[in-house]
Order: sequence, then C-alpha cells, then structure tokens
Amino acid sequence: MESYLFPFDSLICMLLGISFTVWCTLLLVFIIVPAILGVSFGIRRLYMKSLLKLFEWATLRMERGAKEKNQHLYKPNSNGIIAKEPASLEQEIQELRRSGGGSEPEFDMSDIFYFCRKGVESIVDDEVTKRFSAEELESWNLLTRSNYNSQHISTRLTVLWGAGVLIRYGFLLPLRVTLAFTGVGLLVVLTSIIGLLPNGRTKNYLSEKVHLMCYRICVRALTAIITYHDSENKPKNGGICVANHTSPIDVIILASDGCYAMVGQVHGGLMGVIQKAMVKACPHIWFERSEVKDRHLVAKRLSDHVADESKLPILIFPEGTCINNTSVMMFKKGSFEIGCTVYPVAIKYDPRFGDAFWNSSTFGMVNYLLHMMSSWAIVCSVWYLPPMSRMEGEDAVQFANRVKAAIARKGGLADLLWDGGLKRGKVKEVFKEEQQKLYSKVLVGSGEDRSRS
Amino acid sequence: MGSRASSLLREEDIEEIKKETGFSHSQITRLYSRFHSLDKGENGALSREDFQRIPELAINPLGDRIINAFFPEGEDQVNFRGFMKTLAHFRPVEDNEKNKGLSSGEPLNSRMNKLLFAFRLYDLDRDDKISRDELLQVLRMMVGVNISDEQLGSIADRTIQEADTNGDMCISFSEFTKVLEKVDVEQKMSIRFLH
Repeated sequence: MESYLFPFDSLICMLLGISFTVWCTLLLVFIIVPAILGVSFGIRRLYMKSLLKLFEWATLRMERGAKEKNQHLYKPNSNGIIAKEPASLEQEIQELRRSGGGSEPEFDMSDIFYFCRKGVESIVDDEVTKRFSAEELESWNLLTRSNYNSQHISTRLTVLWGAGVLIRYGFLLPLRVTLAFTGVGLLVVLTSIIGLLPNGRTKNYLSEKVHLMCYRICVRALTAIITYHDSENKPKNGGICVANHTSPIDVIILASDGCYAMVGQVHGGLMGVIQKAMVKACPHIWFERSEVKDRHLVAKRLSDHVADESKLPILIFPEGTCINNTSVMMFKKGSFEIGCTVYPVAIKYDPRFGDAFWNSSTFGMVNYLLHMMSSWAIVCSVWYLPPMSRMEGEDAVQFANRVKAAIARKGGLADLLWDGGLKRGKVKEVFKEEQQKLYSKVLVGSGEDRSRS
Repeated sequence: MGSRASSLLREEDIEEIKKETGFSHSQITRLYSRFHSLDKGENGALSREDFQRIPELAINPLGDRIINAFFPEGEDQVNFRGFMKTLAHFRPVEDNEKNKGLSSGEPLNSRMNKLLFAFRLYDLDRDDKISRDELLQVLRMMVGVNISDEQLGSIADRTIQEADTNGDMCISFSEFTKVLEKVDVEQKMSIRFLH
C-alpha cells in the first residue's frame, strides 16, 4: 500500500517545494527588493490603467442592460438632490417681508417660511451626515459593496464579477496578507535591533532606512498607487505636518515617503508591540490614556519635541476622526497653538478602485483592513503644500482655518466649519442660540427704526 | 448607504408615489437613498432621533416643530410614503405643469397646502386656530432668550390684532391666508429638486 503512494508523496512534496520557492523569489524580486531600494517597476500603474478600462466597460454594459429592460438606472448625482441658495438669514427674511408689501412690520407671520424651508432642505440634503458614509460612485467597480443596480447585471458581467472575486480573494488577498506580515514583522525586529545601538548619526540614518523600507512593503501590501506632488515642500525637522484624515492608512502613505514622529495613544496588543519597538529606534510621542486628557501636558511634550532640531517632524491629523474624503472638517486648534512652522499635506483618494474611508461605527479595524486588502487597489494623490506660520494678530483658530482652507482647495475637497466629532456626538446648543440671536436682531432692529419714526 | 437601498424599493411603489406626490422617478430613488441613509435602525421607518441627528436641523430654532410635521397624529415612526408626502408640499408649483393630469384633487404642493403646512407649525393642538399662547410659543422658539417677555407679548398682541377679523382673539386659517395673500408663498415654500 505504502509503496505506491510513496512516489506520489514525494512528487507532491517536490511540487509544493518548487512552487513555494518560485513564489518567494517572485515576491522578493518584484516587491521586497524594490521596496528596500525605493524603486518601482511600474507594474502597479499598468494594473491601474487596465482596471479603469474594465470599469468603464462594466458600467456601459449595465446601462445597456437597463435600457433593454426599459428601466431606470440608479445614478448617484454628485451635484446633490436639491439646489440651495446661499443667502443669509437677514436677507431672506427682508425679502419675504418686502414681497408681502406694505411697511416693514416687527414680526410677520411669513417669517416662519424661512426656517421651515431651511429645515426641510437640511432633511433632504445636509452637509454633515453625508460625510460619514462612503462616497457614492458614478461607475461600478466590480465590487459588491458599491453596486446599486444589482438587477441590471448581465451574465457576462456576472462572470467577470465572479472572476474578480476569485482574483481578489484567492490571489491578491493572500499575497497582501503575507506582505503585511512581512512588513510589520521586519519593522518590529529591525527597530528593536537598532534600538540597541548608541544614539548618534548612524542610529538615525539606519532608523530612517528601516522605517522607510518597512512602510514601503506595507504600501505594496495594500497595492497602494501613490502620486506625490510638490516634494520640494516636504516637512523638515522642527515642524509639524498636518493632513486631512480618511483612514489609518494615511499614516502608511505619508510615512513611506518621509520620516515622521508619530503621535498617538499607547495601545495594547499588537499595536502596542509595534509602538514600543518603533520608539526604540527614534523618538515618537506616545501618550498614556490618562495623559491624553491633560491638554497642557500634551502641548508641552509636542513643543519640546519641536524645539529639538534633531528630531523628526511630527505628524498630526487635526480633524481628530476619519472623514469620508469629500470634505475637510473643523481642525482642532491644539496643534496650531504651539507656534512652529506647519507643513500642510492634502491627501485625496480615488474612490474608483476601493473606498479607503474607515467608518469606525460600522467596521472594526480588522474587518476594515480585510476590506482594504480585498479591494482592487488604493489609488491616491498626496500634495505637499508650502509651509505656513501663524501671522501677526492671528489666533490659533483663524490659523487652523487658514491651513484647512489651503488643504481643501488643493485636494478638491469641500471646506466645512462643522466639527468631525458630530459623527458621534450632538451639535452644541450654542449654534442654535446664534441663529436665535440673528433672528432677534431682525425683529428688534426694525423695532428701533419704528420708534424713531 | 446607497448600495442596497434602491433595490428595496419596488417599481409599483415608485409609480404610486409618483401619482400621489408628483415627484419624478429619479427624484424618488434618490430621496429613497437619503431616507435609507437617515434610517440608522434599518427598520424602514424614521424616528424623531433619526431627524435630530442632522446637525443643520438640530440648530434650526423651529427644528422640533418641523420634525413633528412629518409624524402623523400620535405616531412615532414615519415610513417612506409618509416622508414623501410631507416633502411633496415643498415641490415647486411650476413642476405641476409637466405632470398635468396625474393627480386628482388638490395637489400636495398647491398654495393652500403650503400655507396649511406653515399654519400647522403654529397650531400645535390642531384646533384650527392659532391662540395667543401658541403664537408666543413659536416666537419664543425663534428668538431664544434675546427678547423680554413683555416685548414678545406686545409683538404677539399686535400680530393678532392686525390679523384677527372676527374678534375671537385667535387666528383662524382663513385669517392666516388673508394676511399672507400678497406673499409669494409658492416660491418661498418651495425647494428646487434637481431632476
């Protein structure tokens, strides 16, 4: 019995051995070595172009399928559902009263129309709630999660979609997971080794190289195709780098092109291990949970770090939470109070290839990473903006808004004053009180005119 | 999210809503997507909390009253049909020209129905009269703490005096309509829905 199984056994072992070796060699040559050296074969860009052609074809097929059935295709309209008029409260109410004719009374029953219409407009389409869910796409990218017209898919498309699923989950996902583990593992091991060296130029040089290499491997683990613009404005030592926040991947994207000091809370588990290892090689700023509440302590540690010219620029995301990459929300003023040069960076993801937004109320971190690794690719553009400093007579909030406007303009995102914290919390009463104050001025203001006449 | 939303709305439902409200096919699907994104509990109906989660509505001084207008008497949930019927009040009147012959009776977005919607924002107890108290309540909501009780009271008294024709110290719907007869209600209570 055993005698005739034996040759099969060794054959299988040999085949497995060969395929494993081939696999590892390919991995090494095409992915890891370029990551170490920082060069690229251009395979990913070719991949991206062919995918785009495929998506356009898929959308055309769906449109054709819908026309044949004489049905309507759901098309998300990026211009919005309604057209709003950007007039102020006073203007609108004066207009209302003028159209009613006669002298201007203190209060008119038609004043209510303004609030009524504004209220219903915000029910139909408001600026805030739509920023906390993934952006809707114009064309279909063969992922189930972004399909709005499942009844219009022909057989050919289904086959294509099936092939897509196989490729993504059967080939790309295991490849990416392997790379991710390699990248993270190397990071932990190498930084711990470097941590044993005495402080000095060699240590900093090696630490830089190791960090860059490991982040580049992680970038390839996500098949991230990143275009960096204006690299002459890259952040320098003694400054703070601020960027808009869409997902935890932002860190990997920025850190694979330059070295930064990270800021964050100390976590437990795997994150904690990574954090402890990283801080051995170069100074990052990790806070204990209890220290996070103490704003003075946080500010002091940040300013101390910035004052030391030999330390790397700090990377901070002032929005404080993940937004869906269609807008930039309120920047928290803490990092703008420190008084050093700020290097703004705008990150814009191309949603056609895979939605990078992390909706932390729907997905946990592991689920999110799996989603990322089973998308086609992550394509994004990074713009380094020229450095900015606080001007005379400008306070931290105004400075923060100026930086935010610059980032929004460069990245083509909407610039909002709303707080990203509205994702989870309620809006402050003070905003309603502002509206009430404005309206009262309209009432009382005209009352004063009356008493004069 | 839009992904499952449009597939849950059947063609027959869309046709019925089209007849009832006058919205176009694409407007209905897009509004359904919006309804679905507001419905955090995913139970096919919106509660008051779902509305209050919209920051721009939460800071509107009349936010609570507007939310109330969506809910029928004594109910805590509004389904998509109800949502669309209330929104239909805000369709521009010009759009009716395109849909002539579709709806029977008074369309939901006629001048009278728009005025009735606004009247009901004042008339909390639905007794078809705006009393001095009800008027004061709405005024207080709109001005907050910035105007004194006496001043507000005199504003209310003056308004009732000017509008009240039958001397019952309340404003009925016909008196309300008369006061606003020169106001361009059709335009001011309309929202420009994109096609």
